[in-house]
Amino acid sequence: MDTIQPDKKLDIEKILEDLEHYRPRRRHWTWRKSSDTHGGGNKEGFFEYFETSEDLKNSVPLPAAHYFNNIDPQPLPSITTEIASGRFEDDIRRMRMAAWHGADHLMVIRTAGQSHMEGLIEGTPQGVGGVPITRKQVRAQRKALDMIEDEVGRPINYHSYVSGVSGPEIAVMFAEEGVNGVHQDPQYNVLYRNINMVRSFVDAAEAKRIISWAGMAQIDGAHNANATARQAWKVMPELMVQHGINSMFSVKTGVKKGNICLSTVPPTAPPAPALRMDLPYAVALRELFKGFRMRAQQNTKYMTSSTREATVTHTLNLLISELTSADIQSTITPDEGRNVPWHIYNIEGTDTAKQAFAGLDGLKEMVEIKRDGGKLAAEVRELKERAVLFLEEILEAGGYFNAVEAGFFIDSGKYPERNGDGIARKIDGGVGAGTVYKRDPDYMAPVTAHFGYNNTGPYMDNTGLGSEDEPSSLIGGCTFEKPEKIIFIDELDEEDNVHVRLEKTAELRHTSKIIPEMEWQGDGIVQTTMFFPADRRTAFYAAVEAGKKMGLKDVEVIHTEVMHPSEGTRVEIKGRVDFSIDTSTLDIPPEPEILSEDEIRTFVKNRPVKIVAGTVGNDEHSVGLREILDIKHGGIEGFGIECSYLGTSVPLEKLVDAAIELDADAILISTIISHDDIHYKNMKKLNDICVEKGVRDRFLLVAGGTQVTPELAVSQGIDAGFGRGTKGIEVATFLVKSLQERNGNHDC
Amino acid sequence: MERIDDFEHRRKHLKELPEEDLEKRFWELLEQVVDPLVDLARTHTTPSVERSVLLRMGFSSLEADSIVKHVIDHHLIAKGAGHVVYRVAREENLDIRTAGLRLGAGELWDKAGDIFFGTDTNSDQR
Repeated sequence: MDTIQPDKKLDIEKILEDLEHYRPRRRHWTWRKSSDTHGGGNKEGFFEYFETSEDLKNSVPLPAAHYFNNIDPQPLPSITTEIASGRFEDDIRRMRMAAWHGADHLMVIRTAGQSHMEGLIEGTPQGVGGVPITRKQVRAQRKALDMIEDEVGRPINYHSYVSGVSGPEIAVMFAEEGVNGVHQDPQYNVLYRNINMVRSFVDAAEAKRIISWAGMAQIDGAHNANATARQAWKVMPELMVQHGINSMFSVKTGVKKGNICLSTVPPTAPPAPALRMDLPYAVALRELFKGFRMRAQQNTKYMTSSTREATVTHTLNLLISELTSADIQSTITPDEGRNVPWHIYNIEGTDTAKQAFAGLDGLKEMVEIKRDGGKLAAEVRELKERAVLFLEEILEAGGYFNAVEAGFFIDSGKYPERNGDGIARKIDGGVGAGTVYKRDPDYMAPVTAHFGYNNTGPYMDNTGLGSEDEPSSLIGGCTFEKPEKIIFIDELDEEDNVHVRLEKTAELRHTSKIIPEMEWQGDGIVQTTMFFPADRRTAFYAAVEAGKKMGLKDVEVIHTEVMHPSEGTRVEIKGRVDFSIDTSTLDIPPEPEILSEDEIRTFVKNRPVKIVAGTVGNDEHSVGLREILDIKHGGIEGFGIECSYLGTSVPLEKLVDAAIELDADAILISTIISHDDIHYKNMKKLNDICVEKGVRDRFLLVAGGTQVTPELAVSQGIDAGFGRGTKGIEVATFLVKSLQERNGNHDC
Repeated sequence: MERIDDFEHRRKHLKELPEEDLEKRFWELLEQVVDPLVDLARTHTTPSVERSVLLRMGFSSLEADSIVKHVIDHHLIAKGAGHVVYRVAREENLDIRTAGLRLGAGELWDKAGDIFFGTDTNSDQR
């Protein structure tokens, strides 16, 4: 198989080659393995972790990881991200990025309307709000994920949906193509897709039997009740009933408990007192469903276009996962309230989960839920009772179908309260009504993983061929035993397919041209944040105009937030650029060379180096400079450089005098404040003072700060400037190299 | 239906139940709700179930779709679409794929009718 290199882009065209013969490696779901093999914690950098899984071979750690030796601790739950832009070929690149950030459960949302289509879709048409799930698309993504999982060093679970009126066929195709996780819940069909209820349950049993044979993880659809009800926190008793119906039906059709995942959402979000309401529910659910898996979904019901707000809600949801449990931690992209998710927000959502879990690692060792008394205990009990009462009434009504007909489900009342706004369906209504047939006594199906009555008896011979356990032996094995029997359909539509789409963007893959993108290669979409000192409505229209003046096409406001009703509004816009950048024409300065720690130490040992340092002007910010200097932050002291730190707001004169007195090699100034270019003015002044005193040649002059641009600093007459994110070793490298050069000159 | 929250009234019989028993009751009730649904699925089939059988027998989605449409038209779906293909292949001495493709093309249905309903019985009269 082809391998990929971290410094090379995926070759999408190559992935699509020879798909006809590609076979997946496995079918079943893979859970993460704890890295705490001996129960004493897992060491990562400076720290011990108690709830982490094995490290990745290749990954992108959190932004702050550079303060901690670039550790990238991986949480124990599988981390989900949902990727489906409508063009699966572009999603493949996003999947690779997500895998590097820590996602190992990649979910593909289906295109709108697929659940009402009888039969499989074939080829690679473009989707709307999701991807048309087809054998070719699944095979291509699975093939890419097989390469990507080798690259990151962790199995990747690939996931999509087994619902609609073609569930059993989709389940077969998924089992054949190595899909590892699925949504399967007949209640979803009935309540939200208006698919006939009888059809849904008969189809579901067959689909679940196949899911169980393939060892896939199955996620239910109960979270949708939460997203549909007007007051989502009131549907908690019903959610338990929905989880229960799908779980029990799954067990009875052969799915292992350990592969049945409850899709559970904390029902509320701030400004509601969310945890106080969500936590008792989370506890009750986990107690009631012991032995099943929890797929902790993020609350989307109360999501707005604020990505900040969505991220905070997500983080609180993660706290609930930590305090209770989660086997799969789902993430919703924080931009879902404003557009079809973009590349960068899949990564943000994934990182939010990784960051929160790292920060919460081992918390349960110190913090405990007050389970046995007080409000939580009472609420847990009450929820369980309300769920039991709900089930009693279903039976009184004559069973599940009657209950659905009577509108029992998705009623916004907190059961047994009823508001009469539930979703009612007719037993003989909905898509696919009248398509369920009773099996005759001689019904037979010569295949593996078929659910229910299957009279192979008449065809059984005395060698056991065709026995009930192995019906497919009648035909010499079905595709589950003999994948070479699978018929692969390539494309059915000459216009609407991946090859035509790729043709249009070929230039962006095969030349040095690039275009900014959010979803699709070459989409040209950019986002800009601005503040207008105006009320919301004025700011809205001003922002659109501003976007146009910036040269953007198709400008749209995607978020507004009032800072004050009249003083101002924050506005975020998106728009399209219609240019490309030719990277071969860019003037990209080479990365500065960094000496190794040993090289620096050896130099300093032989030729002691002294510096004086301080923040200058009226600047009390010392954190940045301390990081450059302090041994505990990986600063230059650590290499043996002798540092005299004179403090904050040090007059420049004083710094120069101290340098003269101590016979220092360099003066380091730090300056954060940049109003009126005061930072550059101070640099110039430092140079001037040294020149006046006739000591300019004796000292290396170095300035640093978050707003410092190296080239501009040097233009003020000093020797070097360092901007945001500079590390001690970079400053040390500069000092040592400069001193080496000087020594060299002296030797001449 | 509209109803005020009569939880306190309804819960009377659950009030004294230990929580463990309450959970047990939850699962017992679920079983009663779900069992009829499982039985229904065990004894019935659908076009999608039958297409999924044909996929596993080595037919493409398009071929499976066409075979199942004919199976329904000829009132043979209660026998199983895979069963029809299997029997026709056996009786006609064809391999499974050839039999299925011919049935999907509208051929051999008289034969199929004979096999399952006997020579004297026309499927339409059944």
